[in-house]
Amino acid sequence: MLELRGITAGYDPRDPVVRDVSLTIGDGEAVGLLGPSGCGKSTLARVAALLHRPDAGSVVIDGEPARGWRHRAPREQRTAFGVVFQQPRQSADPRLRLRDLIAEPLRATGRRAEADTRVGELAPVVGLSAELLARRPHEVSDGQLQRACVARALVARPRWLICDEMTAMLDASTTAALVGVVEAYRRESGAGLLAVGHDAVLLERWCDRTVRWEPLTRPFTVSRGLRPRTPGPQTPDGLNTVPVIRVTQ
Amino acid sequence: MTTVLSVRELSVRFRMPGGRHVAAVGDVSFELAAGECLVLVGESGCGKSVLASALLGLLPGNAETSGEARLGDGLELLSADERTLARTVRGRRIGLVPQSPAAHLTPVRTVRAQLAETVRELTGARGAALAEAVEAAAARAAFPAGHLDRYPHQLSGGLAQRAATALALVGDAPLLLADEPTTGLDRELVDRTADELRRHADAGHALLMITHDLAAAERIADRVAVMYAGRVVEIADAAVFFGAAGPRHPYARGLLDALPERAFAPVPGMPPELGALPAGCAFAARCATPKEACEAVPALVDGVACHHPHRPLAEEASRA
Repeated sequence: MLELRGITAGYDPRDPVVRDVSLTIGDGEAVGLLGPSGCGKSTLARVAALLHRPDAGSVVIDGEPARGWRHRAPREQRTAFGVVFQQPRQSADPRLRLRDLIAEPLRATGRRAEADTRVGELAPVVGLSAELLARRPHEVSDGQLQRACVARALVARPRWLICDEMTAMLDASTTAALVGVVEAYRRESGAGLLAVGHDAVLLERWCDRTVRWEPLTRPFTVSRGLRPRTPGPQTPDGLNTVPVIRVTQ
Repeated sequence: MTTVLSVRELSVRFRMPGGRHVAAVGDVSFELAAGECLVLVGESGCGKSVLASALLGLLPGNAETSGEARLGDGLELLSADERTLARTVRGRRIGLVPQSPAAHLTPVRTVRAQLAETVRELTGARGAALAEAVEAAAARAAFPAGHLDRYPHQLSGGLAQRAATALALVGDAPLLLADEPTTGLDRELVDRTADELRRHADAGHALLMITHDLAAAERIADRVAVMYAGRVVEIADAAVFFGAAGPRHPYARGLLDALPERAFAPVPGMPPELGALPAGCAFAARCATPKEACEAVPALVDGVACHHPHRPLAEEASRA
């Protein structure tokens, strides 16, 4: 089970973007988290993947509370997660050939010996030919690079997958192909999934259950020297440009 | 209807080191009338954006073009010199609504300053008339006047998109070119952005929108052109394409079937490299029913470039 308990997180402790959010994902369960852009769902996904230290609250992975974040996370907890981000260009080291990009998690955790076999297994699954594996990110399309990023997330056989807007940049066919790859891995490994996105049709088709962002948070707005705002990160017409402070009641 | 843009057998290829060539766009032809919205769909790397760059004369130096792209007033874009393009085309005859507006706007100047510069350059307005024209330009794109003194980083994705659209509309160009205007926006903003673009088409602009988002295409398109491996493989009325009859090219049918609200099944395989296109039909390797005829490149006949296009059942029966 992956438990997020009372998570408050953000980039300014006085104005957190995630406030007292709890979410539990069962073993092997696929949960879709739906919310508009800028609501804080990506920050929550980063907390769940141990990539962002929350200001308050705890992450409990299979009964064990997370003991550190980012590079300070213990290796067995850190490698329990595979993460796919929205923008493959920004999450790929431009110097690495796709083959090395995919193998990087194994190299970084002392499992170099498995690298060739594992990359060999995954490449046909995500649809990358030997010729593409030898290229660097600037020599492939966004769709091809995201295929490599999905392979990278699966290479160390994680128990949990966090997909943050994995398909937002992709066409319909590549989207369906990559969701298929993730689901095939989950069937074979029993891994759980947190898929974050704004496309309700996609997440409802993909996941066992979907959770909307708004009911997860308990917003109460006060103005910061500006006119009072309606609750929630976005005003009804979506113009979320005025800073909003939310505090729990 | 008056034709605003007429593209005839437009091809673009890039010269690469070692004498190789990458054929990014091949033999594309279409016409676009005032008040009409043509949406060009296709996966990343299929040549959509190269086509847009070709129309604006923004191709890199190693590009070779052939064919023609003629504006309604007779100007041929591919052979026009840089001076003509810079002074009379970009912003004046073609307005560009860019991908990622946040990157398109200048980060160190307010929206008002950027709009004012554009209005001054394009209309020559000065002083009080300029200030008025700036507010009017913002209003046309539904950009709230109260946000004009903000810097781009203070704007949400939706407002940045409106600011960029406002800039594109200043010159009152007959042709609007929107290159992936909705990428990375959430569904609500995609719908709003698409609707706003549609409104400008209804106001008399010709709109060419390039996107991989089929939902946005369905929302606003009058006609849909599907691009695959640099070629338009199907061009159809949006109502037929998204309706019960559906598209006729197997790739277009596969793209629609990949939608999560439909079969959610991908088109098998990946598109060919533009630098190493097969001799025959570029889709044959992924096609469920390739035939011998597919060893030749199919011509675009009657809106579809396929040797064995899908036929609606009624038509099939009437042939039998």
